[in-house]
Amino acid sequence: MDCHEMFEGLSEYIDDELSEETCREIRRHLDTCENCQVVINTLKKTVSLYHAIPPEELPGDVRLRLHKIIRMSGEES
Amino acid sequence: MKRQVITDAELVKRAQGGDNAALEELVSRYETKVYSLVYRMLGNREDAEDALQDTFVNVIRALGRFESRSSFSTWLYRIAANSALTRLRKRGRQDKSESEFLEEVYSVQQQARSQATLPDWSTSPDAALLTGEARQVLDEAIDELPEAYRVVFVLRDIENLPANEVAEVLDLSVPAVKSRLHRARLYLRNHLSRYFSEES
Repeated sequence: MDCHEMFEGLSEYIDDELSEETCREIRRHLDTCENCQVVINTLKKTVSLYHAIPPEELPGDVRLRLHKIIRMSGEES
Repeated sequence: MKRQVITDAELVKRAQGGDNAALEELVSRYETKVYSLVYRMLGNREDAEDALQDTFVNVIRALGRFESRSSFSTWLYRIAANSALTRLRKRGRQDKSESEFLEEVYSVQQQARSQATLPDWSTSPDAALLTGEARQVLDEAIDELPEAYRVVFVLRDIENLPANEVAEVLDLSVPAVKSRLHRARLYLRNHLSRYFSEES
């Protein structure tokens, strides 16, 4: 496996969606290619950072205005 | 006594029959998730509020025609994603062209070949990268994604929908979702690397 083939499978690799055989090939490549190891580390970190962002809370006033519109729309329909 | 939870399907049936309390219960169940999705797509509170309202007004208008071929939540996410995309287009901002975007996505391969060692910022603590200026960099990076990639990334990696549900929401194949997700992630990685390499 070369760097190009490895790049295409990186997301599926970190999502644990590849066959054991492909994973073994990727690990073999990573053992000998320091830059690919860095790309995979930083790609994993990128995904984990976005996972770690807390969900955006719904502000109370936005909720109140939404429900007012829902009630009006519900009465009209 | 244990309170019985009414399913979405039951609430939908009641709302279709004109029960406004059932409709409000459906809205309450999903309003936070929808707000979070459209906020991540649009990046500001004002547009997110407009897209949230558009979503549920469109749900009410179309509810009579909803036939439960998909789950209510999948159908709702589709309407929410479309509302956010409509708002994005109204801003009139031009996305990067596909070729320019892909060139940036795969620039990392070029760098990997030409640089002796790529900077590894993956050991920087999350807390330092999720606050202040660094947090702004994360938001700016999403804002740079072309809409077709942004919507996939937000649904899959921020809202944590499984790939097959993202495919159903966006009417794409699962391989197309995975391909867009991978390119979005690589683009974001490259963007973050430009900033975070200096910090590490």
